[in-house]
Amino acid sequence: MSAASTSTRVRLSLGPIQYHWPKEKMLDFYRAIEATPVDIVYLGETVCSKRRSFRHQDWIEVAERLQAAGKEVVLSTLALLEADSELGYVRKLCNNGKFTIEANDMSAVQMLAGKTHFIGGASLNIYNPRTLSKLSGLGMTRWVMPVELSKSVLAGFQKEMPAEIESEVFGWGRLPLAYSARCYTARAHQVSKDDCANCCIEYPDGLMLSTREDESFLVINGIQTQSARVHCLVHELHDSAAGPDILRISPQSEDTERVISLFHQARSGSRKADEAAHKLERCAPVGLCDGYWHGEAGMAACGRAGGP
Amino acid sequence: MELVCPAGNLPSLKAAVDNGADAVYIGFRDETNARHFAGLNFNNKQIEQGLDYARTRGTKVYVAINTYPQPDCFAKWETAVDQAAEYGVDALIVADIGVMDYASEKWPELRLHLSVQASATSHEAVRFYAEQFGVQRAVTPRVLSVKQVASLVDHSPIPIEVFGFGSLCVMVEGRCYLSSYVTGKGPNTFGACSPASFVRWSETDSKLETRLNGVLIDRVNKDENAGYPTICKGRFRVNGRTSYAIEEPTSLNTLPILPDLLRIGVAAIKIEGRQRSPAYVAKVTRVLRAAIDSCLSDPDNFLPDHAWLSELTSLSEGLQTTLGAYQREWQ
Repeated sequence: MSAASTSTRVRLSLGPIQYHWPKEKMLDFYRAIEATPVDIVYLGETVCSKRRSFRHQDWIEVAERLQAAGKEVVLSTLALLEADSELGYVRKLCNNGKFTIEANDMSAVQMLAGKTHFIGGASLNIYNPRTLSKLSGLGMTRWVMPVELSKSVLAGFQKEMPAEIESEVFGWGRLPLAYSARCYTARAHQVSKDDCANCCIEYPDGLMLSTREDESFLVINGIQTQSARVHCLVHELHDSAAGPDILRISPQSEDTERVISLFHQARSGSRKADEAAHKLERCAPVGLCDGYWHGEAGMAACGRAGGP
Repeated sequence: MELVCPAGNLPSLKAAVDNGADAVYIGFRDETNARHFAGLNFNNKQIEQGLDYARTRGTKVYVAINTYPQPDCFAKWETAVDQAAEYGVDALIVADIGVMDYASEKWPELRLHLSVQASATSHEAVRFYAEQFGVQRAVTPRVLSVKQVASLVDHSPIPIEVFGFGSLCVMVEGRCYLSSYVTGKGPNTFGACSPASFVRWSETDSKLETRLNGVLIDRVNKDENAGYPTICKGRFRVNGRTSYAIEEPTSLNTLPILPDLLRIGVAAIKIEGRQRSPAYVAKVTRVLRAAIDSCLSDPDNFLPDHAWLSELTSLSEGLQTTLGAYQREWQ
């Protein structure tokens, strides 16, 4: 059991925007987030360094505004580093001196280890308590469980992990499933990544990939591949020492505030989780899933999440 | 430049050794390695025989323990590390931080190589493993261009090994959940991508369909070859167009850039394919051995022999090859 679990309620976090949105949309989005009941906001470009709607200073300004609005603010680093310039930007983020960093790659861990405390992102591959303890010893104070791991794996961690570590779980959104050198959005436009012309900005919720019998299967988001179904753990907001300390909501182009509101109602008890799940289905165009949480195939809807 | 070859069983190990491998890599017969396929890999007796065969011929043996143990089964990975260490293998190929922590504490003299499954793509990431666990070589994911590999080699505190030939993961290894999303079992936790038990082949009037746990991965005419339904090599619809939206069935082949890899200081070239037959291992090892020797003797005038290229193409997925991410246009 982690120390934070003894507090009475699960905190809600807002993950980084995984898509490429225009600057104005991002500014509007975060202005609206200031008034929502999320406790923690993760900011930054985690998918592709060619997306530059926001410059570094824009991120810092939004971070300061959200902090002034009472949010805990975390800066998230790129998940896949290839170019030296990308490494340089991660170093700049790690040295920002003010905001905590979510390390999404071991490069960031190396830059932060032993110097300042940090959060271990879901792409760090923390699969067992020995790994977690090692990173905890280097300054990690919170970890985000890899999305493919289950509730029972989290329970296994909680039996052995250092008491002060907080556990965060991906609770709402299209699951990040893979990263590649290749940009699949550019490929769909029949150009290479170097000639992408930032075409992913045309797809504010990614580009649907369907099977040849028209089953909505995956979502292409530049170099990232996501699930088409939305992973939903609204039933895990009950006050339980065994569950996660924090549930993460991943931004989508529409209805994010509504999703936050429904999660908040479910955690405060003003709305039953089943009822919230029912309403949340309308915020997920091709249905919900929660298989990973139940130890099954990720695309399965096997809990009480509703589903396709 | 060392040639590192795959061996899924004893005959493959012998084939690799006999055809010029500098090192072979193998795995135990369980989910502690990333080729956990039925009938593949080594039991204790076979490991002893393999080690004996390789050692008497001057070939090194590496053992891959490169999947990610979960809380309830960590002891199984500890046992694998202990066994490999007790056999005195030349190196372990490892991915999990917990496993590295255990191995470096319990067997400080045991050489560790960072598996491709650890997803280390920068010199800072590599430095982490070198500093924390004394890792002595890193295998990089198939996501870097030649220029990026060069920069990594320049700045890395330890030698770098890259993939030279074989099936092509187009996603960053160690961070791909496509298989577990569809089947519940994937490379990180189960040691296999798109496990065979979830594969269904079915015929309609004129077509052959391949499915993975019910999801249609491809549909081909009966006179076409249907590939194994790995998700990233399937045909899907995007923006109204049906195509290989992620990657075509193809294999990585670096023969055309061998002099570049040599010049930038890559320490070792790895051949993928522990799941392949001894005949495949023999042929690919022989070609790569000849190519590397030719390149080493005269790198400035190296040109891949036509016969080598056609032999490798005939052994490739979809009978075609690619330079993958080494070439920026591919990305």
